[in-house]
Amino acid sequence: MLTTVAILVDGLVYASWLFIVAIGLTLIYGVMKILNVAHGSLYALGAYSAAWIIGIYFQSDLPPYGSFAVLILSAVVIGLIASLVIERGVLRLMYGRDEIVIVLATFAIFLILEDFVKLVWGVDPYFAYQPYGLLGRVRLFGLGFAIYDLALIGVAAVIGLLVWWGLNRTRIGKLLLAVIYDREISVAMGINVNLLFAGTFAVGAVLGALGGALTAPAISVSPGIGVEVIVLAFAVVVIGGLGSVPGVLIGALIVGICRAAAVHLLPEVELFIIYAVMSLVLALRPQGLFGRAAVRKI
Amino acid sequence: MIDRTVWGLFAALLVVLGAGFIAADWAQFLLVLALAKGMVVLGLLVLMRAGLVSFGQGLWYGLGCYAAGMAGNFLGVTDAFLLLALGIAASTTVAFILGFLLSRYREIFFALLNMAFSMILFGVLVKTSVLGSTDGFNVLTPTFLGYAPSEAALGDTVFLLTAVISFVVAVLIHWYLGSTMGFIGEAIRENELRVEYLGVSARRAVHIKLMIAAALSGIGGVLTAIAVGHVDPEMTYWTTSGEFVFVAILSGTGSVAAPFMGSIIFEVLRTYAYEYSPYTWQMLMGAVMLLVIIFLPGGLWSALSRSRKGEGK
Amino acid sequence: MTPVLEARGLTKTFGAVTAADDIHVAVADGEIVGIIGANGAGKTTFVNMVTGYLKPSAGQILYRGTDITGRDSREITKLGIHRSFQIAQVFPDITVLDNVLVALGVAGDLPRTIFKPLRSPKTEAAADEIIARYGIGEYRNVKAGLLPQGVRKLLDIAMAMVGDPKIILLDEPTSGVSADEKLEAMRGLLKVLKDDKVTVLFVEHDMEIVGEFAQRVIAFYDGRILADGKPDEVLSDSSVREFVIGPELHRRSAGKD
Repeated sequence: MLTTVAILVDGLVYASWLFIVAIGLTLIYGVMKILNVAHGSLYALGAYSAAWIIGIYFQSDLPPYGSFAVLILSAVVIGLIASLVIERGVLRLMYGRDEIVIVLATFAIFLILEDFVKLVWGVDPYFAYQPYGLLGRVRLFGLGFAIYDLALIGVAAVIGLLVWWGLNRTRIGKLLLAVIYDREISVAMGINVNLLFAGTFAVGAVLGALGGALTAPAISVSPGIGVEVIVLAFAVVVIGGLGSVPGVLIGALIVGICRAAAVHLLPEVELFIIYAVMSLVLALRPQGLFGRAAVRKI
Repeated sequence: MIDRTVWGLFAALLVVLGAGFIAADWAQFLLVLALAKGMVVLGLLVLMRAGLVSFGQGLWYGLGCYAAGMAGNFLGVTDAFLLLALGIAASTTVAFILGFLLSRYREIFFALLNMAFSMILFGVLVKTSVLGSTDGFNVLTPTFLGYAPSEAALGDTVFLLTAVISFVVAVLIHWYLGSTMGFIGEAIRENELRVEYLGVSARRAVHIKLMIAAALSGIGGVLTAIAVGHVDPEMTYWTTSGEFVFVAILSGTGSVAAPFMGSIIFEVLRTYAYEYSPYTWQMLMGAVMLLVIIFLPGGLWSALSRSRKGEGK
Repeated sequence: MTPVLEARGLTKTFGAVTAADDIHVAVADGEIVGIIGANGAGKTTFVNMVTGYLKPSAGQILYRGTDITGRDSREITKLGIHRSFQIAQVFPDITVLDNVLVALGVAGDLPRTIFKPLRSPKTEAAADEIIARYGIGEYRNVKAGLLPQGVRKLLDIAMAMVGDPKIILLDEPTSGVSADEKLEAMRGLLKVLKDDKVTVLFVEHDMEIVGEFAQRVIAFYDGRILADGKPDEVLSDSSVREFVIGPELHRRSAGKD
């Protein structure tokens, strides 16, 4: 019983984290057909800038709870700056090239940003534990949980709702959905693709940075954190269906619960299980659980 | 069959041998690594000619590495040729099995499914304590058909073996790509429907290409394991696979020589970059890759053949 | 005599749409059959089912009395039923010669192709002969993607014919050829096909072509066969005139062809 609760709660927390990290990735893929490896660096950038600014914040006498606002603000700022440089500076030059070639270009950007992070923040780890400790712990069904972790579930829900609202209830969102659904028709309809791409990439990048910023208080922020995250995020979006927004939710839940179950029941398979599920889904439904299969006309 | 390319490769072999034997030990070692990884990239070239890019070549490479290491440590096999045979057998057998699935996929899905499989192997290796988990384990010193070189001669022997195998493999792949079966790759890339309506199973052709690429990666893996004397799970991680794709893009698919050339350039570049600025070498690599993608879509080889054609005018 | 190709109650539905409805056809060896019908009448669906691109929802396809229903396109091609496409399917980035070389090279068992060099004096001579037969010799070294549409169609057909089929289904072989050259193009093509003693089914919008070259005409309308018989009978049939030929004339005068 206790294990079940632990698996469910841990799984949910982990899934929320994955959701926040992966939703930007799928949004960018859906609209732009770019599988953005550099999303891992955006995560790292978000984590570093948040850890750094929180360190400064807590040296001042400002109210500790303000650190949450600072954290989110830093993610937005760094995400916007990075997206401008990446999308307008580099990716724009490659639109129309092969999907795979653009993936490789984002891989190159990823490598550059990996070192950029080291240049700016050095190689020693940063700790921004204060916001994490601030919220304290709570006992649920006899088990202790950090409230910060549980709050992550709420944050993921809010982000999910915002994205849903943005896509379904705003004019721009509807345009985005149209582009995700059928790019050629939308282009023919005269949608300003340049602006749309820039905007989408910015939103995706901010979400990636936000994922990092929200994680920063819970981990030691050190070089290489982006490497592991991006491949996990790939697994999540592939399971849900590349470019599918509801797919990310399901993908994150599946990966989150699977991993939590593995950690509690059979730690040896922790990493293995995620990619096994990914392979299984690809094998049975290559377009992912929520993706649409491509049709070819002759 | 013995055409200009074969002679060219032979000339390249002589140059590499000459350079390798007069070079310092570390440079010779670098050359061995570059050639071994060049074979993995050559496997990618075979796939890329068919329009397929795999983000999981680390799987086959790692299988070669671990097959060599495990054969030594668990079975007492130290003969390099036997290890090569085992490495090829391991990677090709797994490619044969997974190929039934992988050969159904194209484009990004092919790339990602390959990656998923390589990450599964990584996930298994990091948790397997008998194989040293994340640390990996040391590989026994190899012998060569009964010849057990002294420590001083070992480097030269491994180098000679690697260079000759690279040459043989390059010639074989050159012949393969010139055969109808090899050229089917080109056809699949351009129009798979047409291929099917010529009565050819594109899936089967891709399956065979996968096994060839896996065999090449297996050879590269065994040679790396022998040369380095150590294997670890990093060899199967997605960044290793990414590096192979990186070199493949850098090289271009214009010739079977391109992967080896690209691999040597890459290793030299990386060594110097790492030497002079350990914190920015990846940045340099990324920048080079971006420049190649933007300005040299056909890779370095295309620049080479373009300038050669230009001279001919 | 067993028909070389027979469809029994062939039906294809896409959701609520019935694209082909209970089609019965028997084709004798060596026949040249013209298939007519307005767009969406079910002609291409029929061709796609026979050649394995689509799986029929119901009914049977028999090749020389053997049931081949539901086999995939590759198996059907191997059996000797080949096709050309409405949008010519060629390898766009390689030359006409290389296109034909690939087609020549792969005729046979896949594993054995590893021992066959793609280019050799022998294979090139064979390819040149084929290119010449279809009258596209002047385009030998042109990339297939750059060919005029009519030539690309001929290349598509030439490649399909390399495998020495017993039946060939041509989906609008002369579309893209200018109106005044159509007759000549079709005459040349059919001469080659007749020399090869292949059974031909061709989908065509131009009634003049159909009347001139088909030995038998099948008219499709709304997924069904409206008429099937000698060209002059079918083409003068009143319902065919109303539902098939009339709309075609209208279409042409509207300049859509």
